Amino acid sequence: MRRIYSVLVENRAGVLSKVSGLFSRRNFNIESLVVGETADKSVSCMTIVSSGDERTIEQIEKQLNKKIDVIKVKTFKESLSINRELMLIKVKYNKENRRDIMENCEIMNASIVDMSKNLMVIQICDTSERIELFIEMLKSVSIVEIARTGTVALTKCKEQ
Amino acid sequence: MIGAEAIVKCLEKEKTEYVFGYSGVAIDPFWNKILDTNIKSVLIRTEQNAAHCASGYARISGKTGVCAVTSGPGATNLITGIATAYADSIPLVAITGQVNSDMIGSDVFQEADITGAVESFVKYSYLVRDVADIPRIFKEAFYIASTGRKGPVLIDIPFDIQNAEFPGKFVYPDTISMRTYKPTVKGNMVQIKKVIKEVEKAKKPIICVGGGVHLSNATKELREFAELNNVPVVSTMMGIGVMPTEHPLYFGMVGNNGQSYANKAMNESDLLLMVGARVADRAVNRPDLITENKVMVHIDVDPAEIGKNVGPTIPLVGDIKHIFQDFLAQDDHADDHSDWIATINEYKKTALSKAKKAAKKSKYVEPKEFITKLSNAMKNDAVYVADVGQNQMWSCAHHIVKNGRFITSGGMGTMGYSIPAALGAKLASPKKQVVAVTGDGAFQMSMMELATMRQYGVAVKIVVMKNGYLGMVREHQHFAYNDNYSMVELKGDPDLSLIAAAYGMGYAKVDGSSDLEKELKSFLSDDTSALMEVIVDPKALTK
Repeated sequence: MRRIYSVLVENRAGVLSKVSGLFSRRNFNIESLVVGETADKSVSCMTIVSSGDERTIEQIEKQLNKKIDVIKVKTFKESLSINRELMLIKVKYNKENRRDIMENCEIMNASIVDMSKNLMVIQICDTSERIELFIEMLKSVSIVEIARTGTVALTKCKEQ
Repeated sequence: MIGAEAIVKCLEKEKTEYVFGYSGVAIDPFWNKILDTNIKSVLIRTEQNAAHCASGYARISGKTGVCAVTSGPGATNLITGIATAYADSIPLVAITGQVNSDMIGSDVFQEADITGAVESFVKYSYLVRDVADIPRIFKEAFYIASTGRKGPVLIDIPFDIQNAEFPGKFVYPDTISMRTYKPTVKGNMVQIKKVIKEVEKAKKPIICVGGGVHLSNATKELREFAELNNVPVVSTMMGIGVMPTEHPLYFGMVGNNGQSYANKAMNESDLLLMVGARVADRAVNRPDLITENKVMVHIDVDPAEIGKNVGPTIPLVGDIKHIFQDFLAQDDHADDHSDWIATINEYKKTALSKAKKAAKKSKYVEPKEFITKLSNAMKNDAVYVADVGQNQMWSCAHHIVKNGRFITSGGMGTMGYSIPAALGAKLASPKKQVVAVTGDGAFQMSMMELATMRQYGVAVKIVVMKNGYLGMVREHQHFAYNDNYSMVELKGDPDLSLIAAAYGMGYAKVDGSSDLEKELKSFLSDDTSALMEVIVDPKALTK
């Protein structure tokens, strides 16, 4: 089972290592972890995507809550949240495939943000599944580098 | 006023009586300022034992133990002691000196990232960056260490911060409010009523007590509840002493090394109240099976413990003392459970009759018999500190707790715990008799503290079960590797009579030919430190 944990923490030095250390020490899996400030500068929000059986998922939440720098933990299924990830992907192109790449970008709502004679950087912001799909679509092109942010998520408006 | 004085003031406000520790330049401003107070400092002989001393002190006094060491190797030496306290949820505040703030991260002399190193063994840690934060940090540290699920908190204080001028007037906060830390104290009333209903319904109820009962100071309430409802009690290693060993409702320790009848009773019960215990591997072999055919109530102050190893039927989070006070306030009508108690007594009788009868005369002391005789000779309210190894197993199974305490390193199983912990326990309760029981392996890990005992006149009775082996592992190799021993033989053991004499302690040696009652009586007759060497068969087994 996959779960998204939205964890509000004190915005202090060392908190990230305390939280990530918890995952490695307790043998929990991290698929992605994103940190950023919230509207309140003293609070950061960590969005952690993890997976495991039911007991593990419950333990992750409880162990996170136990950490003294953690203010609040919200857990939700992907289906109950809006989640997005940003990817920058650098590809090599030539005359033959340029058109194809641009079409793919159009279909996937991605945009070309930088270019040279034979390289381009494409930006896409979407769910992790759609990003995977986009990478798949570009497999025929030579991919030079990929940078992904990992998922950030908020619960859907209806749920609140 | 400088930072070091502020630290000492904080300790005064927390009514700290003793600080156990070791010196070093990075912590020197603190040791200098402690001279101006009534707080007593105890110079131990290696840093690990500072934490063990503070742990023994905390467990007997019920207060938070305090230790302080220097930066770098001083701090890293402390880690095993901190981890030991963490595993048993013992409230400690550990203070470490640190190199100057602007040097942190540059690998200067005696620098170690101690807050990073202890992260997984502490409840929380601080690196003090501003001298003005000292009162708040200490207030929080003592609060965190001593509430909820107790545990060690580390405060790392750079040398320059200890020497920095404290700005303005020193004010120690009276109250504390942390948005991230609000431990549950009161149990949920709906759950409490549910549990009482189950107790009324149960035909074969049992309570399994863990170390949490001691930590919550709830022994009295628990005994009262068990007696009122005629519920038999078993314990984990950490829960030994919650019930007097010879209490008619008490049936010993559970687990791999426990009593067969205790395990049998727990498995056959229809209602199990797990109180302040983790349901860890040593107590419950197959946690997945423990909930079969029974209602399991898990009572713990730490919500993360509930469901960690076993999924209970009724979870109940809160402080055990409060929860049992609430239990006692309910008007419940439980059975007398006399058939059930008789059944367990029958199991006990069968198990005990199967146990081997006293061996014939041999040149060795029979360890089980010795522990029982030692218990009988001890004072009613004595503190018994067991080390780790075969001695711990013999102690758990055969020590008879009357009205005193039994303490040991249960979770971490740290060898060498008993002597420093006994030292701390004795300082916490100087009028009580304190006996440390150890093996010849663990003794050699901690015998440097005999000097500390001597320096501060701390009278601890030390029993060394000597068999010339690391017995517990030898026993494992006996079964697992068919007596093909590796790394367990303690050749070159020191002459303990000379060790005792070197530290000015009384000494006695007993073997198979000794009159144990007489020897023990004389060994325990006064309040001075003494060492008893007990010659045990190297082949003796705990099972």
